[in-house]
Amino acid sequence: MTTVPPVAGTDAPEQSTTRHVDTATPPPIAPTDRSVEGARRPDRSRWVSSGGLHLAVYEWGEPDAPVLFMAHGGFDFVGTFDVFAPLLADAGWRCVAWDQRGHGCSEHAVLYNWAADTRDGLVVLEHTTDEPAVLLGHSKGGGLMMDLAHAAPHRVRKLVNLDGLPSRNNWPDLADTERTKMLAGELTGWLDRRRTVSTAQRRPGTIAELAERRQQMNPRLSLDWLEYLVTIGGFESEDGWRWRIDPSLRFGGFGPWRPEWSMQRLPGIGVPVLGVLGLVQEVMGWGTRPEDVLPNLPPEGRFEAFEDTGHFLHIEQPHRTAELVLEFLGRP
Amino acid sequence: MPTTTDAPTYLTHGKARLALHQLRLGSDPAVHPLLFLHGLGEQAPKLTPRVVNSWPGPIHALDFTGHGHSTVPTGGGYTAEILMGDVDITLAHLGPCTIVGRGLGAYVGLLIAGGRPMLVRGAVLTDGPGLVGGGIRPTSAYIPPVPTGAVRTPDPMALAELSRDVRPPDYVSEYVRLAVQQSDLDDPIAMCTVVRPEWAAAVATMPGVLDTTVTDALERYAVVR
Repeated sequence: MTTVPPVAGTDAPEQSTTRHVDTATPPPIAPTDRSVEGARRPDRSRWVSSGGLHLAVYEWGEPDAPVLFMAHGGFDFVGTFDVFAPLLADAGWRCVAWDQRGHGCSEHAVLYNWAADTRDGLVVLEHTTDEPAVLLGHSKGGGLMMDLAHAAPHRVRKLVNLDGLPSRNNWPDLADTERTKMLAGELTGWLDRRRTVSTAQRRPGTIAELAERRQQMNPRLSLDWLEYLVTIGGFESEDGWRWRIDPSLRFGGFGPWRPEWSMQRLPGIGVPVLGVLGLVQEVMGWGTRPEDVLPNLPPEGRFEAFEDTGHFLHIEQPHRTAELVLEFLGRP
Repeated sequence: MPTTTDAPTYLTHGKARLALHQLRLGSDPAVHPLLFLHGLGEQAPKLTPRVVNSWPGPIHALDFTGHGHSTVPTGGGYTAEILMGDVDITLAHLGPCTIVGRGLGAYVGLLIAGGRPMLVRGAVLTDGPGLVGGGIRPTSAYIPPVPTGAVRTPDPMALAELSRDVRPPDYVSEYVRLAVQQSDLDDPIAMCTVVRPEWAAAVATMPGVLDTTVTDALERYAVVR
């Protein structure tokens, strides 16, 4: 078991020490030395402070066009929209997205939770426009946008949810004893990790190695695309490339949250909603089925399913997804 | 009984620095330490709280993240589970302890009793701020205003987020089962609150949970080795 030694300190409470970013220059948007077909880096970038935490915000499209506000999924970053967002921007939308705290180029926070991500989203939206905007989110980002639509309905024009509709049906129905055993393993692992996380670093490697590791979580995405992502969501140091994401963040976990709580936001959304599922199951997805979504669609809801596509439908099929979204949204 | 006025010891939990205060050295070196956990918005007491005055061993008190002399995180993000991590860091430093928690500290004390059943030599849950939390399911979506101004404790974001922290009874019950299954104590949890929100009411009825007074619980836990 790890022991924790004391450290030096003064009596005054101190503000957290996060990975400080250089806010004197905007977040990087320059093209890298990798390219994939259709990918285009954002047109503009800026920093937005959410309670002192610096978030990297990016935009594609004309600055005075109507806002389409986008949220990426967990362990992703805005660069994952580099093919999809330009298709929407070229149709007349101002696509605005932020690297969530600890992700991409945004600052690493001391603490992370769902409410903080939702709050960060509202801060960025308020920094972007006073007008109601279209919200679009993928996976975790879709869930965040549904919460935002409930917390600030006056700021929402329409909502698009791309495979971000968690369902209870995909969660195993376990006996108490089994669930407790699973929790024991999760808890011990998490607590052990928290004891050493102050010195944790992401594992270094070549661009190809990082892409191959990520392909284990994104098995349907090409290595060319993943290598492109490494050059945006990673950084190079003396011993190789590392993902920028905060090493304290961990996939999976435990807590009181239930998937059906997110789905329960859907029926009450009062603006037109488009929900899209990719029906090919994969590790990062929720495993939600059309019959889980349909009873929860609000009166102005529309549902589509891509039979032959996985969880990352905007990456696997950017043109088809963009065409569907543009048709749903109508003229900007 | 010997007392101490030493400055806090600082421990590192991720990017936060935690202040741990020793309130009393203790009269019986054979007795393990007691760790006192404050309620929501409170901080470690300067003097030994009367409620634990009978404890014969050393007494320590922790400032949770965002409270007292501990780090104020930029931009909030609090959960009861991360405060459980604060306590685990403290147990790694102190070794096995009996825990007495007030309000939020009671809830966190219960979580760590399940998380580290061999390091918690009894968790005593008492009334205090933050005992109820945010109920058993999410309420209407609400985004509190982002605070501005000087860094201070208690962090307003801690007050906002931890008072909405959801505590479903079946989730909480899993921690009780873990504590009971893996601890070598017969009754590793003592429910001593007058107020019983739904999570606490569920806990109080479970095997391995004493429904008793703080004095009685401390007498029992002081003699375990």
